[in-house]
Amino acid sequence: MDRRYDPRQHRGLTAIDAVMALIAILLAVQMWLLTATLDAYLAGHTEAALPAAIASGILFAVCAALYGFVRTLDREARWKP
Amino acid sequence: MSEREPLWREEFSVSKAGERYVNRRQLTKFLTLASLGMFAGNVWILVRSWFRRVHPGTRQVIARVGEVPVGGVKLFAYPAEDDRCILVRTGANDYVAYSQKCTHLSCAVYYSRENDRIECPCHQGYFSIRDGSVLQGPPTRPLPRVMLERSGDDLIAAGMTGD
Repeated sequence: MDRRYDPRQHRGLTAIDAVMALIAILLAVQMWLLTATLDAYLAGHTEAALPAAIASGILFAVCAALYGFVRTLDREARWKP
Repeated sequence: MSEREPLWREEFSVSKAGERYVNRRQLTKFLTLASLGMFAGNVWILVRSWFRRVHPGTRQVIARVGEVPVGGVKLFAYPAEDDRCILVRTGANDYVAYSQKCTHLSCAVYYSRENDRIECPCHQGYFSIRDGSVLQGPPTRPLPRVMLERSGDDLIAAGMTGD
């Protein structure tokens, strides 16, 4: 493997950093969503549970897609000649 | 003669740049799994909500008139066995009853006779004894109130409000 500085690898790392930041933001939103839903549930209010679960599912799907993107970047930048 | 790799490169065969990729990919994987955990938590709450037992309009004798002294309390279960409530006699002919679950984080509340209010010991949430409204502390919602009826010498719980 070539160990010298590779600008393509550097670009890949920057892209992965950006994706990680985005996933961290989505995760923070999910944490807030879970906390708010649990608080409402414990207070006897269950009407927010379904919309919260759907929103959380969408956020997870976006996170999973971003993770797939990271894997693709990783494969391309590290293993292509 | 071919150039041989130094020993340290053989021992640490992953390049620095490659290691950065692995670290970032693993952190991203961890974050995604955490996201899955949050989603699972929300689904769990949804399932619990669907299977929550509902007891609308159950009538239940909870005490006899005169059983509780003025300023005294009696704990009872209503409408289900694990829904604890508190009955307070505030005057000779005045009774109030509320759910004993604090609307903040479900700690058991108690009646403070000195302060004439219902208090939550966990986070110092205080509720009015008159209507269950929040006087102070982290709770944002009033205590669910048990509707009381009197039938002869019996005090009857006849439903909940604010639940």
